[in-house]
Amino acid sequence: MIEFRNVSKWYGAFQVLKDCTTKVEKGEVIVVCGPSGSGKSTLIKCVNGLEPFQQGEVIVNDQSVGAKETDLPRLRSRIGMVFQHFELFPHMSVTDNLNLAQVKVLGRSKEEATAKSLALLTRVGMESHAHKYPGQLSGGQQQRVAIARGLAMDPIAMLFDEPTSALDPEMINEVLDVMVGLAHDGMTMMCVSHEMGFARKVANRVIFMDRGEIVEDAPTEDFFGKPRSERAQQFLSKILHH
Amino acid sequence: MFTGFDFDVIERSLPYLFREGMTFTLTLTALAMSGGIVFGTLLAMMRLSSYRLLNVPAAAYVNLMRSVPLVLVIFWFYFLVPYIGAWAIGAKEPIQVGAFWSSVITFTLFEAAYYAEIMRAGIQSVPRGQVSAGQALGLNYWQHMGYIVLPQAFRNMLPVLLTQTIILFQDTSLVYVLSITDFLGAAAKIAQRDGRLVEMYMFVAVVYFIISFSLSLLVKQLQQRLAIIR
Repeated sequence: MIEFRNVSKWYGAFQVLKDCTTKVEKGEVIVVCGPSGSGKSTLIKCVNGLEPFQQGEVIVNDQSVGAKETDLPRLRSRIGMVFQHFELFPHMSVTDNLNLAQVKVLGRSKEEATAKSLALLTRVGMESHAHKYPGQLSGGQQQRVAIARGLAMDPIAMLFDEPTSALDPEMINEVLDVMVGLAHDGMTMMCVSHEMGFARKVANRVIFMDRGEIVEDAPTEDFFGKPRSERAQQFLSKILHH
Repeated sequence: MFTGFDFDVIERSLPYLFREGMTFTLTLTALAMSGGIVFGTLLAMMRLSSYRLLNVPAAAYVNLMRSVPLVLVIFWFYFLVPYIGAWAIGAKEPIQVGAFWSSVITFTLFEAAYYAEIMRAGIQSVPRGQVSAGQALGLNYWQHMGYIVLPQAFRNMLPVLLTQTIILFQDTSLVYVLSITDFLGAAAKIAQRDGRLVEMYMFVAVVYFIISFSLSLLVKQLQQRLAIIR
């Protein structure tokens, strides 16, 4: 469903992605981890073309993301994305945040969109906040709304870019619970995350990145059981220490 | 202190001052503000574009307009626009624009340069992530600009936009060079006819002050009502 073929990207002379190749099948949950600056976020942003890349190919649903003839807005509308800092639209109510793209991009009627939005808000436990503005919600609540906003487009896959990194510790679980629910429902997911508990619980595979390279791409049990590379071992020993 | 002054002249000329003068001043302000904000926003978007074909002309326009005195622009347009218009439509005679429309066009184009700089700052004040979020949802350029970036930019910049409008309101008095009767022009005429310069100009100052000051109070109120909850 999502395929990276030898993707390389440079910021000026600095290479952020080095020849990255991997594949995400339909229904798979992939967790991407690695030290900061290793290119994890850049990698998943290549999937919906938020980050252009200079070499290689990213294929989503048989469409090449970088190709000129690809209708990028249309492709993006089929891939949900959740950001580290939520990025809800602060001048719109929660419901309008969910409705906007449904109406403007998918062409749904306002009634249809609102019904869908309310159903999804119920799913993430936010139905009682539908009329509020993002600024009135806690971080965890905002992130749950952001997940619902992505789901409202009936995406074929969801991308998560460190969805819990900006949250207070006590709010992390409410967001992870929603993500676990999604994974169990068979959503194709690519998550940049340091939540190793989450990875163990639902991920099919773990991708470990360092300095722009995919160092390890292994089934979850193998990654945690016997990571092959030394860098992955060091990384794991550092974050699983406590 | 005021012996020898005649303040009745004000009362006598009120209908003329407001019906003729102030109506023109307010009409010009409103038209130039709306036109200037729309055109200025487009200029700002052009200036922030990555296409050189868009950002270079926009930057040149803004810098040129901002480095020329307004009076000069008013003159230039008044004398040039008829010829440019005639050239554009291929007419032999200069087209008649009239002092009123000439001043509307001039002020719109001139103020647009200032509004453009304000809106540019406004657009840049919207976090980059908001744009990413809009794009990730599949919104195209005009949609994410129209529904996400500009509404926030506008709210963030509202006080500055209105301050600029107050300056515009005061600047409209420069139309006297085209012998248009705006509020100040009307007062000047009466002042000279009746020899009551001090009285009339004092009155004009008070009126300008009241209007400008109430506008700035309005800015404060609007700002609170439209503020984004963060």
